[in-house]
Amino acid sequence: MWTFLARRLLQSIIVLIGVTLISFISLQMGGDPTYLFVSENASTEEIQRAREMLGFDRPLYVQYLSYIWNAMQGDFGNSLSYRQPAIEVVLAVMPATIELTFFSLVLAIGLSIPLGIYAALNRGKPVDGGIMTFAMIGQSIPNFWMGIMMILFFGLYLRWFPISGHVPFLEPLFEGDFATAFNNLPRSMYYMIMPAVAVGTYTLARNARLVRSSMLEVLQQDYVRTARSKGISERRVVIHHAMRNAWLPVVTMIGLEFGFLLGGVVVVETVFSYPGIGRLVFNAINQRDIPVVQASVILLAVIFILLNLIVDMIYARLDPRVKL
Amino acid sequence: MANNTPDQGEAIVQATNANATSYRRKEMWRALESLVTSRWALVGMLILFIVTFVAIFGPQLAPFDPNRQNIMMRLLEPGEAGAGDLTYWLGSDQLGRDVFSRLLYGARVSLLVGVAAIAVGGTIGIIAGLVSGYYGGWIDDVIMRLGDIQLAFPFILLAIMFLVVLGPGLVNIILVLGIGQWITYARIVRAQTLSLREKEYVEAARAMGDSTFSILFRTILPNIIAPLTVIASFNVAGVILSEAALSFLGLGVPPDVPTWGSMLSESRDHLLSNKWWMSLFPGLAIIFTVLAFNIIGDWLRDFLDPRLKENG
Repeated sequence: MWTFLARRLLQSIIVLIGVTLISFISLQMGGDPTYLFVSENASTEEIQRAREMLGFDRPLYVQYLSYIWNAMQGDFGNSLSYRQPAIEVVLAVMPATIELTFFSLVLAIGLSIPLGIYAALNRGKPVDGGIMTFAMIGQSIPNFWMGIMMILFFGLYLRWFPISGHVPFLEPLFEGDFATAFNNLPRSMYYMIMPAVAVGTYTLARNARLVRSSMLEVLQQDYVRTARSKGISERRVVIHHAMRNAWLPVVTMIGLEFGFLLGGVVVVETVFSYPGIGRLVFNAINQRDIPVVQASVILLAVIFILLNLIVDMIYARLDPRVKL
Repeated sequence: MANNTPDQGEAIVQATNANATSYRRKEMWRALESLVTSRWALVGMLILFIVTFVAIFGPQLAPFDPNRQNIMMRLLEPGEAGAGDLTYWLGSDQLGRDVFSRLLYGARVSLLVGVAAIAVGGTIGIIAGLVSGYYGGWIDDVIMRLGDIQLAFPFILLAIMFLVVLGPGLVNIILVLGIGQWITYARIVRAQTLSLREKEYVEAARAMGDSTFSILFRTILPNIIAPLTVIASFNVAGVILSEAALSFLGLGVPPDVPTWGSMLSESRDHLLSNKWWMSLFPGLAIIFTVLAFNIIGDWLRDFLDPRLKENG
């Protein structure tokens, strides 16, 4: 277990270095990166001054080393539009994004497992066909379009759900104000339900299919037949015997899904004017606020890598055969 | 083989070719049959055919110039008659442009980006995978670790980062989306190459003094192309979705090129005034196209490897 952990940690560090390298290269690809940091009508002297101040006149490897050194300390430079450290701007909106991502993950996984199992147990019947058709379509809908349609129908036409806004839950929680946090929770979920469904539908559809095929495979195994032949109730066979092994591919997927969901959240947030990292990135793109984009992307990548590390650890615990 | 006269060798080659042709013909029939019997796949093919047709003949089919603005005809509802005797079948947008015509033109970009990005990613991935699997050693390590790093990144973030610096544009988006896919192909090709490398016919090619290039591309590659088509089909679907998302964020192609994603992006400003047609139709176009590729991918997978069949 410990050697596995150490190796995974080392891998994660290598990946992180790769991530910083990629983001550094992306900065250099458009030519002299100084132009990304000065206003369009800056004079030649101003550009030169900015170049020296930002260190873009130094050799590339020195630039990269200082970039990585600064990034490790969370220093991505000052945001061009907020006039404060980019990382602070990003961290301020992070809790809202984590709330939304987590909520849609719970929603998607929570629904996909029973749907997938139900479809597998009713293989070939109309209900199976129905669930799989739904899953097929769900995998083909752009999440942001789903958001737009929900705003039009559930928000503007039926007036069931709010079409924008956010009630913080994690923020008061982090500040130690538990009463406010839990008071906010129901309203927070109410505001998040439409964006969460929009983000989570793809994951729900994909995982329902995955759970189904994984379950079908396990149900054909000898040990399941043995359990059945011993006269154990079907319910027990499914829950205690089959599901244990059907879990494994699903758990692996959850780690990867989180990354997809984060990517989806970034897009969907802009639809619902949800005050998270997605809207921040969207605005930063339009204002060409490079430090904020860089800080956001790297921070999200770090979260993604950490989560995958955790998922691998859970995986190792769930399946004693896995000694990666 | 060594004792064969050149004539005999020729005869063997001809016989093998004849066999291969008849085998190929048989497989084509099997494909056609399976396509017709699985109704879903037929629906997918039909949608794909329509989208391709529209992408090619869009300019001939479109009643309006997709970029012609007409302030007098702003935000017309679907079916309203416009200037002259032309009807805005799917309504008009905030600049008085015909939604239907823009939709037809948009098919071009979606298909072009989807297919071109897969061509870019597939080519890089196949070469990387072949080299990685055939040579092994440090080259293999470097290529696969590069892939790991890329996979550790939610892809859309990577695309955002590059496109913000490079600026939007058709070529840029194809390159970024293509490069985003290479590792998928590289991994599969590598795994297959590893096992094929030891096969007799590869060894025979080597013994006959074929160049490494010829072994990789003429002997090994044709034998691993089948699983790649499955991945490619799903991938085109994914790439079309990504393109729509990036266009929606304003990172796609320039504004004068109508795309489904950018149409959705523009529709957002008119959401609250309930101009639903601006967002409904481009979205449906995306869904049907992506659905078609997903269905065909499913069918191809079942057809090429019936053991994997999900619906059994």
